[in-house]
Amino acid sequence: MNVRRGIVIAWPVLPIVGALAFTSILLMSFGSSPIESFQAMYQGAFGDRSKTLSVLAFWIPLMLSSTGLLVTFTAGLWNIGVEGQIVMGAIAASWIALRVNAPAPVMIALEVMMAMAAGALWGGLSAILKTRGRVHEIFSGLALNNLAIILTNYLISGPWQPPEGGTFRGTQPFQAAALLPRLGESRFSPLSLVFTIVAFALVVIALRGTFWGLKLKALGKNLRSAFLLGVSSEREAILAMLFCGALAGLGGAVRVLSWFDSLRQSISGGIGFLALLVVMLASFRIFWVPLVAFFFSAVLNGSITLQLRTQLHSSLGGILTGVMVLFVLLFGDLQKIGLGLRKKPHEQQ
Amino acid sequence: MHIELRQIRKYFGPVKANDGISLTFESGRIYGLLGENGAGKSTLMKILSGYQPPDDGEILIDGQPQRFASPAEALGSGIGMLYQDPLDFPPFRIGENYLLGRNKRLFLNLKAAHRELSELSRRYGFSLDLQSNIDNLSLGERQQLELVRLLVGGAQLLILDEPTTGISAEQKDVLFESILRLAREEGKTVILVSHKLDEVQELCGHAYVLQRGVFVGEASVPCLNETLVEMMFDQVPDRRERSPYALGEPVLELKDLTVSTYRLSVENVNLQVCAGEVFGLAGLEGSGQRLVLQACAGLLKPEQGKISFDGHDVRGWGYHRLQRAGMAYVAAGRLEEGLVAGLTLSEHVILAQPEHSFLVDWTSARKKTEARIEKYRIVGIPDTTADALSGGNQQRLLFALLNDPLKLILLEHPTRGLDIRSSDWIWELLYRRRADGTAILFMSADLDEVIERSDRIAVFSGGKMSRIVDARQTSVDELGHLIGGQV
Repeated sequence: MNVRRGIVIAWPVLPIVGALAFTSILLMSFGSSPIESFQAMYQGAFGDRSKTLSVLAFWIPLMLSSTGLLVTFTAGLWNIGVEGQIVMGAIAASWIALRVNAPAPVMIALEVMMAMAAGALWGGLSAILKTRGRVHEIFSGLALNNLAIILTNYLISGPWQPPEGGTFRGTQPFQAAALLPRLGESRFSPLSLVFTIVAFALVVIALRGTFWGLKLKALGKNLRSAFLLGVSSEREAILAMLFCGALAGLGGAVRVLSWFDSLRQSISGGIGFLALLVVMLASFRIFWVPLVAFFFSAVLNGSITLQLRTQLHSSLGGILTGVMVLFVLLFGDLQKIGLGLRKKPHEQQ
Repeated sequence: MHIELRQIRKYFGPVKANDGISLTFESGRIYGLLGENGAGKSTLMKILSGYQPPDDGEILIDGQPQRFASPAEALGSGIGMLYQDPLDFPPFRIGENYLLGRNKRLFLNLKAAHRELSELSRRYGFSLDLQSNIDNLSLGERQQLELVRLLVGGAQLLILDEPTTGISAEQKDVLFESILRLAREEGKTVILVSHKLDEVQELCGHAYVLQRGVFVGEASVPCLNETLVEMMFDQVPDRRERSPYALGEPVLELKDLTVSTYRLSVENVNLQVCAGEVFGLAGLEGSGQRLVLQACAGLLKPEQGKISFDGHDVRGWGYHRLQRAGMAYVAAGRLEEGLVAGLTLSEHVILAQPEHSFLVDWTSARKKTEARIEKYRIVGIPDTTADALSGGNQQRLLFALLNDPLKLILLEHPTRGLDIRSSDWIWELLYRRRADGTAILFMSADLDEVIERSDRIAVFSGGKMSRIVDARQTSVDELGHLIGGQV
């Protein structure tokens, strides 16, 4: 029994260990030392203060999106459109940054509000397409992701092109007042950490303690029964998507206002998809999400240094996270290999 | 085949579903397994059929201990179980469904399967249209198909879990006849899990009785009903008299109501249910009574006609609006339509309440839930999830979620799967609501229940509603004729 319990507790770690082992073999087959490579990665992530801050700065938008996704997953919605919601948030924040001149606090407040509104709009579109148009949120999400990226590309190569000519890489750097105050030379903004903590706390309270959270949980588990119990599925689905979209949009704002200083071509860089993986890897357990997100952030940042130190490409980080996800899917949940401590539903008399 | 269960134990948290049960089964005999809801019958049979492992104890087949990892393994050892809800794949055709369970080759041999199937169904007197899709079959036909599949799979011991719930009288006769033939002519062992004494008396040769997870007695049947009832309940429950009611104002009025689905249309329904009245709808499953209930609940848009509820014309009102106005609807599918698997009893109670604060008050919710658990005699605690309850307890939970006061309660099979004592209790609680002027409109496949519990009755037959009869002056015979479409 104790061994079993140990396995259950250590379960989320197993795929990570498995992925490390697998990647080690891969590294050895390329003739590199796994220990050296992982050391380089560790150095890249936590080698000095600026690198650690960089990990933190990357973690924040990832965390904001993952936090939002906890809400939609609870409601049983597959919000693949989170990537587009991040991009829309980035675009909206950039719009204020480029077009408005005001003192920094006003600028930041406006940018944050617009970014959240734009992310929510994109999420809400998916929700309305689902409830009114019967389009599954996965399909509308994918389409809206593409639309958001196309819109970015249009803006940076058209109306928001830097005056010195199109490089098709991004807008001109924003005015200083438009940027989030950053810690020293780093890309990390303490203010964004405050946003993240507040957002996470709100979601914990919403899901654990509010009637709304309970309704979402019921919807996610059984739409029909929840409806008959009096839950308006349409209203709650839209609210959940708006909520997640707003947080993802805020993540997008953090990307343009502190990670970068301008709107870039691939402004999100797949953070939305990564967030989906984070939440799934944490198997929807709220308090695992920050940890898993942090791990992803460390691996991805660390692999940039890996390339500088060794001859290996930085995509090793991508490979590592990819392999890890595969391992999670492979191991599935405990039930599949008969280690489940929780009994299956409908097992009782 | 000689089957012995030794000291079978299965606990679900604090609930001891099976607490050391030992039973033996000989071949060629038909056994009844009796017990009230939650006695542990289904749990025990699911263990025997490999659906779930016991926490402790042994299954011996011809003296050899066996462990089954899955129902398929159990079937390999000759044990097959017919579940309350047949485990088939609705969008499949019969032949495909049949092959799914047994064909291990790469290519499907549909032709041979059809030959096999039709021969077997002829042998057991079943009438299966092999080309039709599973979802067009009635529950009874799906059972027949499942039974054939088990027999082909080599079942020597057949476990039938409440097989007559939801099937027609005619299908029941066919089923019983084939069971008798299987036991007498082919030497199969049959275990009939039931709480219906008449069926056990009619079919079985021996009965085992369980009570709260423990084996409490056995008897050779037929025997006196009282003997079995005493073992099941410790005492003989007395049936309560129908309480008198004072007819109030009409609460629900249907005028020339027409509702249709692609399968069936119900035309020109006229009826009136008054405050304090219990109105029963009888008829075979799928005769249109469910559509009428759904139309009243705002779940199905009527094509024509008028529905008034509490003096309002409610055409076009949604379900939630009607709910807020004092209507409640309890559907037949417990975990499909009504309860949410994975949510606790407290969470259900909170969701079902009409008023909500922004933050959930878990302490008071727990207290409310505890009160309802006691009132409705649910075996469980506030933190039990709905899917961990037994079928009868799920049914009681559905009733525990009804609010007070209500103007109209719409019920589908209110006591399906409940034993006599539980259904008496449910009806007593429903009758208490009459005093507050609640009108009750219910449908049931059980004619005795309809006659015994209703004040007035209407019968549905093929989408047509009969004249309305007075429950006090009707008989099973009269209703039977109406069900057959004879006026």
